[in-house]
Amino acid sequence: MNERNRTFAKGGGLVVLLVLAVLFPQVFTNPSVTSYGVLALIFATAAVAWHIFSGNSGYISLGQAVFYGSGAYTMGIAARDWNLQGTSVFELIPLCGAVGAAIAVPFGLIALRVRRHTFIVVTIAIFFIFQLMAFNLWFTGGSSGLASPFLTWAPVPFNQNFYYIALACAVGSIVVAWLIGRSRFGLQLRAIRDDEDRARGLGVKTMRVKLGAFAISGAITAIIGAIWFYFITQVQPQTGFNPLFDLTLVLMVFLGGFGSISGAVLGAVIIEPLTSWMSTVPALSGSVSTIIIGAILLLVVLFMPRGIIPTSSELITKLRMRGRPAVVPTTTIEPVSTGSDPSAPTTSIGSGGAR
Amino acid sequence: MTALLRTEGIMKAYGGVQALNGAEIEVEEGTVAGLIGPNGSGKTTLFNVITGYERPDAGSVWFGGREITRMSPDKVFAVGIGRTFQLTKIFPRLTVIENMLVAAQAKDRPRNLLAWFGKDAWTHHRKHAMELLGFVGIERHANVLAGSLSYGQRKLLELAYVLVADPAVILLDEPAGGVNPTLINMIADRIRLLNAEQGRTFLLVEHNMEFVMGLCSRVTVLESGATVVSGPPDIVQTDKRVLDAYLGVDLDEDEPEPVLSEEPVHNKEDAR
Repeated sequence: MNERNRTFAKGGGLVVLLVLAVLFPQVFTNPSVTSYGVLALIFATAAVAWHIFSGNSGYISLGQAVFYGSGAYTMGIAARDWNLQGTSVFELIPLCGAVGAAIAVPFGLIALRVRRHTFIVVTIAIFFIFQLMAFNLWFTGGSSGLASPFLTWAPVPFNQNFYYIALACAVGSIVVAWLIGRSRFGLQLRAIRDDEDRARGLGVKTMRVKLGAFAISGAITAIIGAIWFYFITQVQPQTGFNPLFDLTLVLMVFLGGFGSISGAVLGAVIIEPLTSWMSTVPALSGSVSTIIIGAILLLVVLFMPRGIIPTSSELITKLRMRGRPAVVPTTTIEPVSTGSDPSAPTTSIGSGGAR
Repeated sequence: MTALLRTEGIMKAYGGVQALNGAEIEVEEGTVAGLIGPNGSGKTTLFNVITGYERPDAGSVWFGGREITRMSPDKVFAVGIGRTFQLTKIFPRLTVIENMLVAAQAKDRPRNLLAWFGKDAWTHHRKHAMELLGFVGIERHANVLAGSLSYGQRKLLELAYVLVADPAVILLDEPAGGVNPTLINMIADRIRLLNAEQGRTFLLVEHNMEFVMGLCSRVTVLESGATVVSGPPDIVQTDKRVLDAYLGVDLDEDEPEPVLSEEPVHNKEDAR
């Protein structure tokens, strides 16, 4: 298959997936089924937002719930204090994104000074600060949290409307992630992932780049947090700022494939409906479902440590290459004249000239 | 001639260890300068101070008449000082050409979102990057992950991507360390070529005396963080202080291996 055909096939596949996603609530109109779809799309958006920062830069953030909860609370507090009702609440979504980005800047300026495990621990610490604030500040409603403004939609269109809102968010975040991945910005992020000191020594303004990605990730997470809040109609400190939220995201991304957008989406689409479904089955609810999810994670780590997408794409390449001669890279060092022989290979090397 | 790169009385201590104790070095424009000294004499630390990876306790770094002491590494790179590392530092999970592009776009000043996020805003560097990969002889590996290159090829890639941003001075930390003799000759050859044809300035740390003495027009000897002597190679080689401090062997003797000391396998930065 040549390059053009492959792009064509890929684009075609994406269109088919999108059409299926659009048709889903038309085929399955039962609200309990569509709510699986809404939650899966919400988590897909959050996982893609996680990928934009952590997947590209290699900084594993366990503080995304800070943005998720802040988005939800921004929506709730603004709607309550400004007496917004019905669909006009959706006008607050840009504000929620802005709050997420605004929180990401000081958060990042503190946390991004350290790397690896220390970074993870700092993000968790900041997460707990936010959860405590949600419990204790005077405007957050304390431990009983906030209720969302009342929506007058009937159950069936309610879920369907939220499904399409969440789908738009998921598609939007995937497009943003894809644009970042192919850009200068994405290249710099991946350079930071591989060797941050070297990247700095090659002129990459690492703090600015990391902070930018963190803010974009924070904004998207806050927006989807606000939509989640409006969908489930209430938020408490322990659900908005839920420590399991980040662990779930990481599990999703590692299951689907760390470092790829499709991995993040696939992981979310598998894990979230599975957990929601298990919580409705009495025999599986509670700790049993946690054990099952844990077992899945262990199996993934054992048999495909890089996740579903990278492992299966490797497998496909292997199957396709079967029977063909392997491509062996040739040795490259050309014969070089020793000493200062002026007739040495003189490939002209572009700009420069005597200074 | 004026010194393009100059340090004055650099002091740097780690705990109780005085790594640099007034180190002074001058690199004149258009020359290849060498920096030698026994292990732990502060060569790499001096490199780190010049390129902004370490902040000196005292002293100053001057580049082309401008003080660059305590600038961050990305700014030092932007003013025109590129460097390689003792143990190669590349981006293993980026392809070779992507490695080059990271360095190539560093001087761009993206003015709008399109320049930051557009795909074609920076790919025009690709041609120049490929030429440089050809210059060091690894263009056939352009689309291979850099992590799959051999150690010698990584050294060449490092040299190429430092060159791609067109720096005025290139600092090379042991360019011949751990590399086979054929490749050592090739690297020496490339340095000579860049210096002769483009007037590029080099400062290199190296333990291979043959390599240093053959390439450099001026050699500075560092011992215990201080400059012992600085001058043309033939004078440095016969200087009594240098012989006492470092060389301890007569280079005219037919020593089979002129490498004077074994560098520990791990990086000095980590070993501190």
